[in-house]
Amino acid sequence: MRDRDLNILIGGEAGQGLVTVGQILSKSLVRKGYSIVVTQSYQSRIRGGHNSFAIRVGVDEVIAPRKSVDLLVALNGDTVIQHRDHLSPEGLVILDDSFGLSGDSFLKVPFSELSEKRFSNTVAIGVAGAIIGLDENLMAGTLDYYFGKKGASLVEKNRDALVRAVKWATENSISGFMLPDFSNPPRRLMMNGNEAISLGALTSGLRFCAFYPMTPSTSIVLNLAGHAERAGIIVEQAEDEIAAINMAVGASFAGAPSMVATSGGGFALMVEGVSLAAMTETPIVIVVAQRPGPATGLPTRTEQADLEFVLHSGHGEFPRAIFSPGTIEECFHLTRRAFELAERYQGPVFLLTDQFLADSYRAVTPFGIDQLSSIRAGEQASETSNYARYAITENGISPRLLPGMTEHLVVADSDEHTEEGHITEDLTMRKRMVEKRRRKERGMRSEVVPPDLVGEEDADLLLLSWGSSKGAVTEAASLMRSDGLNASTLHFSQIWPLVPENFMDILRQAEKVICIESNATGQFARLIRRETGFNIEEKVLRYDGLPLTPEYILREMNR
Amino acid sequence: MVTIDDYGKYETAWCPGCGNFSISEAVKKALVERQLAPHQVLFVSGIGQAAKAPHYLNTNLFNGLHGRSLPVATGVKLANPGLTVLVESGDGCNYGEGGNHLLAVIRRNVDLTLLVHNNQVYGLTKGQASPTSAGGFVTKAQPLGVPSEPFNPIAVAVAMRAGFVARAFSGRIEHLSEMIQQGIAHRGFALIDVLQPCVSFNKVNTFAWYDKRCYALPHDYEPDDWESAMKVACEWGDKIPIGVIYRNNRPSFESHFNVLKDGPLVSRKVDKTRLKDIMKAYG
Repeated sequence: MRDRDLNILIGGEAGQGLVTVGQILSKSLVRKGYSIVVTQSYQSRIRGGHNSFAIRVGVDEVIAPRKSVDLLVALNGDTVIQHRDHLSPEGLVILDDSFGLSGDSFLKVPFSELSEKRFSNTVAIGVAGAIIGLDENLMAGTLDYYFGKKGASLVEKNRDALVRAVKWATENSISGFMLPDFSNPPRRLMMNGNEAISLGALTSGLRFCAFYPMTPSTSIVLNLAGHAERAGIIVEQAEDEIAAINMAVGASFAGAPSMVATSGGGFALMVEGVSLAAMTETPIVIVVAQRPGPATGLPTRTEQADLEFVLHSGHGEFPRAIFSPGTIEECFHLTRRAFELAERYQGPVFLLTDQFLADSYRAVTPFGIDQLSSIRAGEQASETSNYARYAITENGISPRLLPGMTEHLVVADSDEHTEEGHITEDLTMRKRMVEKRRRKERGMRSEVVPPDLVGEEDADLLLLSWGSSKGAVTEAASLMRSDGLNASTLHFSQIWPLVPENFMDILRQAEKVICIESNATGQFARLIRRETGFNIEEKVLRYDGLPLTPEYILREMNR
Repeated sequence: MVTIDDYGKYETAWCPGCGNFSISEAVKKALVERQLAPHQVLFVSGIGQAAKAPHYLNTNLFNGLHGRSLPVATGVKLANPGLTVLVESGDGCNYGEGGNHLLAVIRRNVDLTLLVHNNQVYGLTKGQASPTSAGGFVTKAQPLGVPSEPFNPIAVAVAMRAGFVARAFSGRIEHLSEMIQQGIAHRGFALIDVLQPCVSFNKVNTFAWYDKRCYALPHDYEPDDWESAMKVACEWGDKIPIGVIYRNNRPSFESHFNVLKDGPLVSRKVDKTRLKDIMKAYG
């Protein structure tokens, strides 16, 4: 299998540049046409500690992280100690001979002979790249992509280090890790979940994004900020998350499609604003990139424990939709769907991701931007009639007009209001408005993304999952099928509204159902029971801050 | 020709004698003086008796959450800088619940006019202390008297070199209306702190109390001089200055965004050619 599927782990301390090493190797692999799944594991600190960047690379599509490591690239001695036990049989540790560590599977590289210390990361790239068969020119091109802006002399010195490293590795002829070449490599992009969300948002017509930095959501807005001038949008760092969501609601009310991105604690501060968007019927897309809580929790690790929180966020009763992308492609397409629903139903729509997916680089086929339909700003009122912002309608959707864009006046209120938007305590009107808002949920239910079934409908074993674990669960089931087991997966990329007709038959037909989630209490299983009465006894749960892997799922199931 | 009738007449939820009535009258006068038609104006308000004021005005309105009107207004202004945006709410809303937003909006210098109805007490929740209540002010919630010192919004705004800082008194409608007009005309953030009596819950700072103390700054007062403005900002007690206390010409927040030079965000279309370029960067 190692000739088609390799797991490379780069380890070191914060500040050593291991992410750059990882990105350059990953991009080189993607440019060559391979499929990758990156898992980033880092500590909440700027210097020191232990971080890792794992690249699982495949000639065929890889969809999940893997625990066992084939090539361990150790930028410090601690990495060897931390990960030696995860080395696969015949795995190799690439390390600096100056670490003074020895072992059977150690490839001790004379880093200091090959370059100055400040280019040792490039040496690591060169040695590891040469061992897996990456062409020197390809790696040099990627180095330029990352270091090109830093000046010709630096580019030159990096190239020099790369050439020496490749030469050294070639002379030492390390075999057994060479990935086969492609005759016709597919053109791919390297993108992580957060990048795909920002690109999806831009293609949806996003115009305004406000944020307060919070790991692991921050890179969404950093991406948007980097493209802001070219894309014609404004990204504003707010004084706090409360301001961020209120700014976004204001911009959206005025007519600029808006988004906020945060994580658990920051979202806790935004919650009153969620209720405001619902009451004022203002479209807004809210990305919650989960990390382990409670409170500050583990800021840089992953978890899926905010499903119930997001589902119930905001006081009062109002419709909402929650998407839980499972792949990078879904991050892109479901972000677009979120904007579509927010604009159509005029209210809050959520994207629930997590640190694993946010930071997980993958190879993706370029999105056909020309073919994407444009997302319209919901239903617009005609300019001739008398305008009432909250006109009571059959489907609950009140046509919009934008303030200042016509002579009609637009009045929105967080208090209960009349059709014209003015504060009221007329209790008959109150009841009609509650019902009007609720009718929008009927529309949302009619267009939910149904869960994705892989395998037979009448499985002996059905694995139920949602969000970022899609790849791990799919691969686990596929491994079980190779062992002759009739295992299927049912994955939810939209977890609210739930429409039981879309999946109850599959649940009932399965001999046994196991729910797989990255949390300690089985929140999705509980939601299924609440909505359908179907009780899922067996669960595979993970809440140590690391992502689900096929190995973890299989091991837990065999307990 | 915009007239006072364009802004309508409404029944209110206010107590007879409330300072809000005069403030609303001054607002209407100012809008008419500046010949702004109702659809060109957008009010953002928070929660409280003052925050209801824009409901009694025939114009665009976003009546949001308690304390959060400034960020909403900032979002509105960035999305459509063509709108004349006014924010109207009370002392609790702007100086208490939304205090952080006040600091931030001053730093940004967003082109907004903030009218703070400052009656030194919470009206809608029936008489608790507000951030501007005097130390020792007795309420049912503070039966032994307010143990904190009052917030001085003018001094804070001047210290932060806010674009336009003024104080007015609801009892002097012409002057108040003039302050509002100047605030609207100012290209940047304008704070107008409006002293007003609360006839139901503040028996200390009454109409007569303010009327006796408020004096207009002399004609030769120079609001461009920051140091003298700091002194005037700290005046409070037997004499309370009203008028434009400080002013400068810092560029407005919106003027920093090149993106807005091509028109408001609300009118922009998705440019697929540029997006394809952006996507290429991930290759």
